Amino acid sequence: MSAEKLVAPTLGAWAAPRRVFGNAQRLLRTHAFRLAALYFLVFAVSVLGVLLFVYWTSADFVERQTEATLDAEITGLAEQYAQRGLSGLVQIVAARSAGDRGDGMLYLVTDPSGAPLAGNIAAWPTGVPARTGRLSFSTAARVKERIEAHPAQGASFIIPGNYRLLVGRDISDATGFRNRVRTTLVWAGLVALGVGLLGGTAMSRNLLRRVEQVNRTSERVMAGNLSDRVPLDGTSDEFDQLAANLNRMLDQIERLMTAMREVTDDVAHDLKTPLSRLRVRLELALLDPAVGSGQSEAIRAAIDEADRLLATFNALLSIAELESGARREESEALDLSEVARSAAELYEPVAEEKGFVLSLAAEPGVKVRGSRHLLSQALANLLDNALKYADRGEIQIRVQRGEGCAALEVTDRGQGIAEADRETVFDRFVRLERSRSTPGNGLGLSLVRAVMRRHQGTIELADNRPGLRVRLEFPELVT
Amino acid sequence: MKLLVVEDDRETALYLAKGLSESGYTVDRAGDGREGLFLATGGGYDAIVLDRMLPSMDGLAMLGALRAAGISTPALILSALGSVDDRVKGLRAGGDDYLVKPFAFSELLARLEALLRRGAGTAATTKLRVADLELDLLTRTVRRRDKPIDVLPREFRLLEYLMRNAGHVVTRTMLLEHVWDYHFDPQTNVIDVHVSRLRQKIDKSFDSPLLHTVRGAGYCLRPPEPQASR
Repeated sequence: MSAEKLVAPTLGAWAAPRRVFGNAQRLLRTHAFRLAALYFLVFAVSVLGVLLFVYWTSADFVERQTEATLDAEITGLAEQYAQRGLSGLVQIVAARSAGDRGDGMLYLVTDPSGAPLAGNIAAWPTGVPARTGRLSFSTAARVKERIEAHPAQGASFIIPGNYRLLVGRDISDATGFRNRVRTTLVWAGLVALGVGLLGGTAMSRNLLRRVEQVNRTSERVMAGNLSDRVPLDGTSDEFDQLAANLNRMLDQIERLMTAMREVTDDVAHDLKTPLSRLRVRLELALLDPAVGSGQSEAIRAAIDEADRLLATFNALLSIAELESGARREESEALDLSEVARSAAELYEPVAEEKGFVLSLAAEPGVKVRGSRHLLSQALANLLDNALKYADRGEIQIRVQRGEGCAALEVTDRGQGIAEADRETVFDRFVRLERSRSTPGNGLGLSLVRAVMRRHQGTIELADNRPGLRVRLEFPELVT
Repeated sequence: MKLLVVEDDRETALYLAKGLSESGYTVDRAGDGREGLFLATGGGYDAIVLDRMLPSMDGLAMLGALRAAGISTPALILSALGSVDDRVKGLRAGGDDYLVKPFAFSELLARLEALLRRGAGTAATTKLRVADLELDLLTRTVRRRDKPIDVLPREFRLLEYLMRNAGHVVTRTMLLEHVWDYHFDPQTNVIDVHVSRLRQKIDKSFDSPLLHTVRGAGYCLRPPEPQASR
C-alpha cells in the first residue's frame, strides 16, 4: 500500500504500562544507563590521569635524579682527568671508592688488559662491552651478610691509552621504589574504578527510579486518573522540585479539566433542557386530536429538524468530551473481531437492501483494550459513510494482526477520497460534497479520530483502487 | 397507575405531567431531591421518573437513599449525560432504566410502560405467545399457526423482545439497547431493515399482520383487533 499515511497523533489514554527494566537491551537504551556509562568513562579517565601523574612525579623522578647524579659525577671526573691526567683520575676514583658512602655510586678504572687500578667494583662486569656509552649492568652488592646481584646504571668511557673507566649507580632502591609505586597505583586504580562502577550504577538506578516514578504517574494521569501525583521524597533536591512542579501543574490541569467538565455538563444541561422542552411541546401538540393532518405533518417535520439539530449538537459534545478526556468510558479487553462481527451483523441487511455486499474477514483472537461502545460507534460511523458515499459494490470489514498492532479496516468501492482531501476530512463539519445534499453533519470522521486518539490508535485513509480504505490501528493487547 | 416526576425544570415537569396525564397516569411532581425523597418514601407510586441533576439533593443520591430505605419502586433516570459510564453509574445507583435528554416523549412513554410491566413481575416462562405466533425459548424455534418459521439467532432475539413487550410500543432505541446492546443511534435506518425482514418471515404469508409500525415512535407487536380480523 503506497498510500500517503495520515497518522493521528496519539494521546496516551489507555497506554499499557511500559517497564523500563524489561530486559538488558532496553536498559542499554535508557538515558540513565548512558549517563552512568559516561560518568564511569570520565571517572576512569581522570583516575588514570591522576595515577599516571603520580607515577611520573614519584618513580620517574627518582630515575631522573639518578641520571642527574651520574651526569654530575661524570662531569666531575672528566674535569679531574683534564687537569691531572690518568693518575689524577685513578686517585680521585680511589678516594671516592674508599668506604661506604651510602650513595650507591660505583667506580672502576682498569688498565688496557682489564685489570682494576682503582674503584669499588672487583672486576669489569661480564657482558659489558668496552666502549664509550651508557649502559645497564648488574653488580654484586653486600647486603648484611649476603652477596646479592643488584641492578645498576651507568656509563663507560675508553680513556686514551686504552684505559677504561666505569661510573655507575646501584639502582636497586629506585627499582624497588618504582615497583612499589606501580603496585600501589594499580591497586588504587582498580579500587577507584570499582567504586566508580558501583557509584555509576547506583546513581543511574536512583535516577532511573525517580524518572520512572514521574513516568508512571504521568501514564496513570493520561489514563484518566487525574488525581494521581508524583511522590516526593522530602529531600528538596532537583528531582523533588521537578516532582513538586509537575504536581502543581497536574493540580492546575485537574482544576481546568474539572471546570471544563462542569462547563460541558452545564452547557449540555442548559441547552438540552430547552431543546428537550421544545420537542416535548411539539410531541404533546401531536397528541391533541384537534390537530389537523396538514398541521401534524408540519409538526413532524419540525420534530425531525429538532432531532437533526440535537444529533449534531450531541456529536459535537461527544467529540469535545473525548478529546478533552472529560468523557469517562470504561475500558476492557475486547476481541476486535467480535466488535466487527456485531457491527457487520447489524448493518448487513441494510447494506444488502441498498445493493451492497457487506463482508467480514476477521482473524480471530485479535485483542485490544478499549471501550466496546466507542469502537462500535466508530465502526458504525465508517459503515454509515461507506453506505452513504460508495453507491454500491463491495464493503469489506477486515480485522488483522499487524506488526505489533491490531488493525481494523473498512474498504469500499466508491469514489474514494482525493489525496489532498485526506487530512481535511477529519476536521469538524467538513463535507467533501460541494452541494452538501446528502444528509449528515460532517462530524462522523472527527468522532472516529477522537475515538482512535482515545485508544492510542491511529487512523489512516488510503486508496483502495478504486474506493476508500480506512485503516484503524490499535496497540495490540497481549494476554 | 400513579407516577412521581422529580424534575427541577418547571416547564419540563409541567409538560411531562401533562403528557403522562393524557396517557392515563396520575402524576405527582417534586421540584428537588429532598421533596422527591420525601414523597417517594411516602410510597404508593408505581414508578418514579427523576432527573439526574437536581438542586438540594442529586438524583442519584436521592435514589440511593430510597433504595437504602428498602423502597424498590422502579425508577427511570433522565439525564443530559449520555456516556456508557454515566449510564452504568445511574443503573448502579438503583435506576431501572436510563434515558438521555433530550428524549422523545414517545420514547419515555414506551420505556415507562416496559418498566411498569417489569415491576408487575412476569413469571418465568419457556413459551411466548401472541395470537397464533409462538416462540419457544428452550428449543429456540418459532411457529405460526403451527407452521415452523426459520429465523436467524438475532431475529429470534428481536422477536423475543417484541413478544415480551407485546401490545406496547417498542422504540428503535430500545431495540438497539436490548437486542444489540448498542447505546448510540446509527445514522442509517439499520433497525427498520431488520424489522422488515422479520416481518417478511412472520407476517407475509398470513392474512392478519402482527408486527406494526407506529409512526414517529417505533414498532408494536400485537394480536389483531377482533373487528379487523373479521
